[in-house]
Amino acid sequence: MSAKMRTGQTAEIPGPKKAHVIPQPKVAASMIKKAKRPLLVVGSNAPKLKTNDGDLVDSAIRFLKTGVAVVATGHLVKTFRDRGTEVYSMPFMNLGDRLTDPDWAGFDGEGPYDIVLFVGSLYYMEWLVQSGLKSFAQDLRTLSLSNTYQPNASWSMGSMPVKDWLTALDEILKELEEEK
Amino acid sequence: MSKKDLRLKIDELSSSIGVFKGLDIQIGRIIDDEWDEPMGPTPFPSIGTLRDWDRKLLERYKPFYMPLCDLCCLCTFGKCDLTGDKKGACGITMAAQQSRIVLLACCIGASTHCAHARHMMDHLIEVYGRDHVLDIAINTNVQAPNTRLVCGIRPKTLRDLEDALDYVETQLVQLTATAHTGQEGDNIDFESKAFHAGMLDHVAMEVADMCQISTLGFPKGVADAPMTEIGFGSIDTSKAVIMCIGHNVLPSVDIIDYLMENKLFEEVEVGGLCCTAHDQSRYDKRAKIVGPISWQLRYIRSGIPDVVVVDEQCLRTDIVDEAQKIGAPVIATSEKSMLGLPNRTHDPPDEIVDDLVEGRTPGVLILEPDKVGEVVVKTALKMKPKRMGFKALSMEKLIELAATCRSCMECVRACPNNLPLMDAVKAAAEGSVDALAKIQPMCVGCARCESACPQKLPLVSFLTKAADEKGMTDSFAIRVGRGAVTDVEIREVGRGIVFGEIPGIVALVGCANYPRGGLEVADIAEEFLKRRFIVLATGCAAMDLALRKDEDGLNLYEKYPGNFDAGGLLNIGSCVSNAHITGAAIKIANIFAKRPLRGNYEEIADYVYNRVGAVGIAWGAMSQKAASIASGCWRLGIPVIVGPHGAKYRRNLLGRADKEEDWMTLDARTGEEKYVGPVPEHLFYSAETLEEAMVMTAKLTMRPNDTTKGRAVKLSHYIDLHKTYYGAMPDDLHLYVRVEADVPFTMKEEVLGIIKDKGWEEGKIGLLDPTLLDRMVRRKS
Repeated sequence: MSAKMRTGQTAEIPGPKKAHVIPQPKVAASMIKKAKRPLLVVGSNAPKLKTNDGDLVDSAIRFLKTGVAVVATGHLVKTFRDRGTEVYSMPFMNLGDRLTDPDWAGFDGEGPYDIVLFVGSLYYMEWLVQSGLKSFAQDLRTLSLSNTYQPNASWSMGSMPVKDWLTALDEILKELEEEK
Repeated sequence: MSKKDLRLKIDELSSSIGVFKGLDIQIGRIIDDEWDEPMGPTPFPSIGTLRDWDRKLLERYKPFYMPLCDLCCLCTFGKCDLTGDKKGACGITMAAQQSRIVLLACCIGASTHCAHARHMMDHLIEVYGRDHVLDIAINTNVQAPNTRLVCGIRPKTLRDLEDALDYVETQLVQLTATAHTGQEGDNIDFESKAFHAGMLDHVAMEVADMCQISTLGFPKGVADAPMTEIGFGSIDTSKAVIMCIGHNVLPSVDIIDYLMENKLFEEVEVGGLCCTAHDQSRYDKRAKIVGPISWQLRYIRSGIPDVVVVDEQCLRTDIVDEAQKIGAPVIATSEKSMLGLPNRTHDPPDEIVDDLVEGRTPGVLILEPDKVGEVVVKTALKMKPKRMGFKALSMEKLIELAATCRSCMECVRACPNNLPLMDAVKAAAEGSVDALAKIQPMCVGCARCESACPQKLPLVSFLTKAADEKGMTDSFAIRVGRGAVTDVEIREVGRGIVFGEIPGIVALVGCANYPRGGLEVADIAEEFLKRRFIVLATGCAAMDLALRKDEDGLNLYEKYPGNFDAGGLLNIGSCVSNAHITGAAIKIANIFAKRPLRGNYEEIADYVYNRVGAVGIAWGAMSQKAASIASGCWRLGIPVIVGPHGAKYRRNLLGRADKEEDWMTLDARTGEEKYVGPVPEHLFYSAETLEEAMVMTAKLTMRPNDTTKGRAVKLSHYIDLHKTYYGAMPDDLHLYVRVEADVPFTMKEEVLGIIKDKGWEEGKIGLLDPTLLDRMVRRKS
């Protein structure tokens, strides 16, 4: 197993079906650009994770501006509101459950999401929710954008130093912003 | 009645010695003929008896599975990959496998309480006799509500409890068998079986606590149970120190008795961790509660204990190795955890003491509780002069060791909470232990970091030492476990709870696997106490909420009364005392609403589900016992919230607020089916953050039966908490306002404006006499 597939917690190892490592940031950006209905899930750790934009909440707001729908889990929506931005809000468990329902038409009622991105969640919670999606929402593509490998996503960033991750995140956002 | 008993009734018998009329011969036991309540439809239910009820709940609260492992490794066909829609060699699906593991967890949990109860009951029958009368709470006729409800019997003596426990044991064997390869295959049937295990667990817990309350002089449901102390600082280290760990109080009782008989309390301190500590303090308030189970290693590493006594459940299985590091002998007292120690049950006490003190054995096994006291106390007194204390790790040594850290991050990856240990160790190498001290309250004490460290650094000891340097050695007040809620209390508050005027009952339950430290439990408790909810607590949660003082030096137990009323904070007791929480809900249906209890599970669960705004919170749920305790709540219609680690139980039971058809409920007055809104929205739910949990708790207290006044009270708390923690009004109020009168008066205009924008119309959500049971509809014949 390569260093990029080193999981964020020792025992949260992959099963037989494991996430592909995103080889380059532009590959992730390309997948997002090709998607018709992308959704970014931002977890409650986001304010603690510093990025080139400030923190991960600020980076999520950049995603929002590129046209990606954003949902905050836990009580994180308050942080977005405090920064003058409205995003969707749903508990992580509810969201995972809804995403397994092919008839769920999303927050705006316009239809199911075709790619779901994850950042800022507790590592093991993201691991578990993606495990549920791997088995019970097999047509849904999931993409973990954290700096530690998430084996249950369809695609995941490889484990990497924070400095490299910040650069990668920035590159993805720039690609999306250019597209817009 | 037990099958081994015999009853013979003969109207008239002529024999050589005369004619007997109305002859009633009873062999084995006396039948309770005085209970005039008719037997309900489901006494001693078997696995399938309550399946229809379970399916009603599970139709509404469907499992969202999150496999912790994609494989099944339970038979030699395997390992089988079950990912997606693959099936195992036996045909099992991923959904069925996950629910099968849930069932197994609940069976383990319920079996553990049942085995505990059996040991307790058999021993106490031996000491007090089968005819010892059960007396568990003052001003109370409805004793044993779980046993009455499930079994249809009214236990009056220790003997009567044997029937209940025989039943639980039999059912648990049946349930465990269903998890064998090639038995059950349907995930919802597995879920129903998990509910069955949970229900059995509450009977087992009730039996265990009734036995000990009735015989050992524990508080009997009193609001003003005695205060004792909790925390490292509660232990007088100038005395010999005995540390008891576990859940079964019998060995500790013998230790306390020996101290009293020999007037040694001035020389010896008895402290405990986990539920044994609760029950010690219920027996004698001079026994101290060191802390929750997560402090086990921390306390041993502090070097304070002179002798360690273990009974059963939630022990560190490497306790002998750990105790050896500080030179403290271990006395094991239960067949369930013998730890490889030599059985010295039948040896003379002084010989055993001598071997322990001289270090000829790291510990011993003593299976006779009546012998434990003498051995433990004598050993502690002789070991005290040898105590290593905090010298076990000096600050200089800590800094020296910290400098050997290789910065590999394995400690962080191994930590369940990814605590930033590596950075703290690096800081320690530079001479500052501030970061270690800051982490310490959030450490769950598992020591996985130590196992992972290639340098074998004693990281838990680092944290303990750093915290000690920062003076984290306080003591706090704690009211000892009071046991059951009394009938009188139920009569006084039943109306307020059922009609929603008391906003809810919040039960803080369970273990100490917290995401960000135990003080979050105090945060939850205080939030709801200020709002005049009734807050109950058991086990580690009841300890953790004591561990913070306000600016006046008072903690929650000192600030809030211990009675079952709005704004009351009740330490109910140990794990097995959890049965009194479900018992209180059951008694509300029986005493306040006069619903028949005897063998009448469905009707009572239907009542509790639709009317009693109770929510369980197991913020640090860790064990299989926590799983089965929660499961017993689900079947009774009580929702449970767990912390983020609780998602590792592999599934949540979630309602879909957006599906109106899921929330159709019968009106018992007319038989008409009406939409009642998503109340309560979920049955089992893992919250990511404390704030999310608090908002969800307020929401989950809503029930279809709330009066308009009650609903307005509940909505006002939900809205206020939501505004505080989410920064805005909730966007789902249109699902909870039935009529304008439901809206809190001070928010009327704002709320009505919001919900009308969402298309709300008065009358769409029914105000009715709610039931899920067709047979409860009062049809005219």
